Amino acid sequence: MMPLDLSIPAQLTTAYLPDLVVMGGGMLLLLWAVWRPESEAHSRSVAWIAMGVCLAGIAAVLWSWNRGLTAGNGAIAVDAFRWVTDLVILLGMLMTLAISVDFNQRMRLLAPEMHVLVVLAGSGMMLLTAARDLMVLFLGVELMSVSVYVLAGIDRRSSRGAESSLKYFLLGAFSSAFLLYGIALVYGATGSTNLVTIGEAMSTPAVSGSPMMMVGLALLLVGFAFKVAAAPFHMWTPDVYDGAPAPYSGLMACAVKTASFAALVRVCLEAVGTGSERWHLALWWLAAATMVVGNLFAIQQRNVKRMLSYSSIGHAGFLLVAVTAQTTEGAAAIAFYLVAYTLATLGAFAVVVAMNGGSDGVTHVDEYAGLWTVRPGLAMAMAVYMLALLGFPLVGGMGFFAKWYVLQAALHASAPQTRLAIILVLTTVVSAGFYLYLVMVMFMRPRPEGLAPPPPATGLTRLVIATSVVLILAFGLYPSPAVKVAQRSAAASFAPAAPRPTASAVAP
Amino acid sequence: MIQPALFFSGILFAIGVVGVLTRRNALILFMCVELMLNAVNLTFVALSTMHGVTGQVFVVFVMTVAAAEAAVGLAIVISVFRHFKTVDLKAVSVLRG
Repeated sequence: MMPLDLSIPAQLTTAYLPDLVVMGGGMLLLLWAVWRPESEAHSRSVAWIAMGVCLAGIAAVLWSWNRGLTAGNGAIAVDAFRWVTDLVILLGMLMTLAISVDFNQRMRLLAPEMHVLVVLAGSGMMLLTAARDLMVLFLGVELMSVSVYVLAGIDRRSSRGAESSLKYFLLGAFSSAFLLYGIALVYGATGSTNLVTIGEAMSTPAVSGSPMMMVGLALLLVGFAFKVAAAPFHMWTPDVYDGAPAPYSGLMACAVKTASFAALVRVCLEAVGTGSERWHLALWWLAAATMVVGNLFAIQQRNVKRMLSYSSIGHAGFLLVAVTAQTTEGAAAIAFYLVAYTLATLGAFAVVVAMNGGSDGVTHVDEYAGLWTVRPGLAMAMAVYMLALLGFPLVGGMGFFAKWYVLQAALHASAPQTRLAIILVLTTVVSAGFYLYLVMVMFMRPRPEGLAPPPPATGLTRLVIATSVVLILAFGLYPSPAVKVAQRSAAASFAPAAPRPTASAVAP
Repeated sequence: MIQPALFFSGILFAIGVVGVLTRRNALILFMCVELMLNAVNLTFVALSTMHGVTGQVFVVFVMTVAAAEAAVGLAIVISVFRHFKTVDLKAVSVLRG
């Protein structure tokens, strides 16, 4: 197979095919969504078609992957890492759409646009995983973020949703400005917005050591840290995830994070490489702070959605450990981790949806007391998700191996990140304090008198919960095929990084 | 010519950042964010005299995206105003924990 030449329109279209399928599907879906008056049946039909668009997107990704497409240097990357992360994103979109059908019924939400917005946000995410040019990266970030700002406040009757949406919007726009200023300064220092060209320019110390490049990279990292919710730029996360409708909190916690991490990995491995000592140091501190802050603050939470949002901050820290390794092994660990994390976190949000009796209030942990006695299936599923997020061996399924490969990537890096690995293990132990607490509440506390059992979940929600539990456990028993796919895709996508100079091979 | 332009756009960006950090009115905050974006535009235009047309193309994209963002942002501000009868961020805080 010849590499695609991205300057020829027909070949560029082939390279963009999955994105075009999802984006075009989203636009046609918008026409259909506003064609009919709002009704529950119409909203459901839009949701079904949106899921169809996601499946078509998956088919297009698999087709492109199967053909082994590659491309010369250009605005977008055509490689296996892009396809893997696209699949994780499309999986997250599918799960979100499926549980939002049930959620909308319970909350009596009729607006069909929300399913369109999920698809449009997803096309932004797919653009982000493909970006090999900072211009495409910026457009992907904005297409994703602007759609998700609206999704956070899609329930017009909810004051919590409105506040969540406003906070997300203001901080998101603020962080985009940082990202953009970083892009401008990197462009100024290197004369290009293409990641590979920037990477070549970085190899000359005059460029990589210039103040403009330093400031540009720092601002770029701040922008990314806001988007992946890394401490100390995580303050917005708990409020936003708490106030947004549960399915869309799940989308923000999983798909948005997957896309941002895919872009961060590409920037790290293709542009910055091992050229910048300070970038590496900043990543190190970001990873350490995020792991500690996310997991410590989650312990005192008694609101399940807030606890899950701090848990997602903690997991961003674990993923940053693999980014800090700056190897293809790290990229493979991230791809595998993102699958486990998406299944477990969106599964947990599916349980939050299934527990909701139609109120827009705080999801307090007391509502889960004695869940085992009234809804044993939900309690079992939630226990599996919690143990998977904790990384418990065997019953935690995939979660254990996800953490294991991140640890391996950290220790196998050319500058072994031993201290980060120790912090990772310690904060995982700390995280048992809130994951196991929820399990304990569900199984060992008695059901309070007068607390009605949650209404029965619809078939789609049950399907999401059952499928994610089965996948987590199956990959936990037999992880090697998924690991091999992740490793092969990362190795095929990124050239192995040059060994770091020995003088700098010390962690702080 | 480039250096003064970069210097002043840096100052403009800093004014925007300080505004976002110190003011509590959602609309003023939004204006400060727009100030930051325009500071970046100025940087891009200044740098494109050195590196060619890419920077100017970027500015067109940034302006388009900023317009889309403004449309969504003002709609969100209106929805917040309907619930809270104010756009002061100190009063808009039902989410805590």
